[in-house]
Amino acid sequence: MSKFSRKRGKESPAISTASLPDIIFMLLFFFMVVTVMRDSTIMVANNVPNATELTKLEKKSLVNYLYIGKPLEQYRGTYGSSPRLQLGDKISEIDDIPLFLEEHRSGVPEKQRPGISSSLRVDGEVTMGIVTDVKTQLRKSNQLKINYSAKPRVD
Amino acid sequence: MPRNSRMSNEVNAGSMADIAFLLLIFFLVTTTIDVDKGVLVKLPPWSEEPPETLELKKRNVFSVLVNADNQLLVRGELTDVKELREKAKEFIRNPNAAPDMSESPNKAIISLKNDRGTEYSTYLEVYNELKAAYRELREVESQKKFGKMYEFLPRDKKKEINNIIPLVLSEAEPTNFGDEK
Repeated sequence: MSKFSRKRGKESPAISTASLPDIIFMLLFFFMVVTVMRDSTIMVANNVPNATELTKLEKKSLVNYLYIGKPLEQYRGTYGSSPRLQLGDKISEIDDIPLFLEEHRSGVPEKQRPGISSSLRVDGEVTMGIVTDVKTQLRKSNQLKINYSAKPRVD
Repeated sequence: MPRNSRMSNEVNAGSMADIAFLLLIFFLVTTTIDVDKGVLVKLPPWSEEPPETLELKKRNVFSVLVNADNQLLVRGELTDVKELREKAKEFIRNPNAAPDMSESPNKAIISLKNDRGTEYSTYLEVYNELKAAYRELREVESQKKFGKMYEFLPRDKKKEINNIIPLVLSEAEPTNFGDEK
């Protein structure tokens, strides 16, 4: 009798650990779903400058990213060393912007389309020439909400 | 006996937690939830026709020129970026009613012009300073009017403040003197 009761006493903690994996898996799935892995490998130098007047980008699905910078060491042979624009996962020309925007736009529900913004991730060393060209092209494509990506700076 | 074999199954489930923990920690470490932050800008819509020239009083225009050597010319004076914020604030608010500064905050216009050879980091710094000047002025106004921080004001009150101190920043087509890198 005493042996039986002891066994019962041991069994009850075992049940509580059995639900632990479920809880952990739930957390795991939550993290897996929430974190958006960036699918594009960045091929250009991308050290964004610091700023203080920062706004957080609200919805990731409504943001498209434009990278501008010098191609990284391993891509210099193909793309040269002057600053280039990267859309998605390939180095592109300025003229490719409208198509890129349209592709992104088509994946967004129609109601949310006015909220689409472009995040310009520009390397600090880039000169304004290419940035201006990109801005002009964005204006022509009627994408007026943009965001100069920057790191927070403490004054 | 079948009971026993079921028991051994439960032991397996116990190690499951470890495996899941391992995965969880792996995900926690590897995924950098990079909060994407940046300076929000609204571009003017594109039009083929050249914009109509507005006659503005010179005193209402705060012109900032940035050249290819990243030097600043603020209203004809060579200025350091660090002084820009204070200068802009003084210009917009014009506390001493100076005749060469803006008539009132809602008439002030910031005109920003850069060169194609200007470094982006300098450009963003200048833009940031100008935005900061406006933010600080709005903060002061908000404290004076509502006794609250601008950030925590309801939307309509924010709008009211924005109407008193509107951010008017016009960017001219850049010049093309410097070398593009």
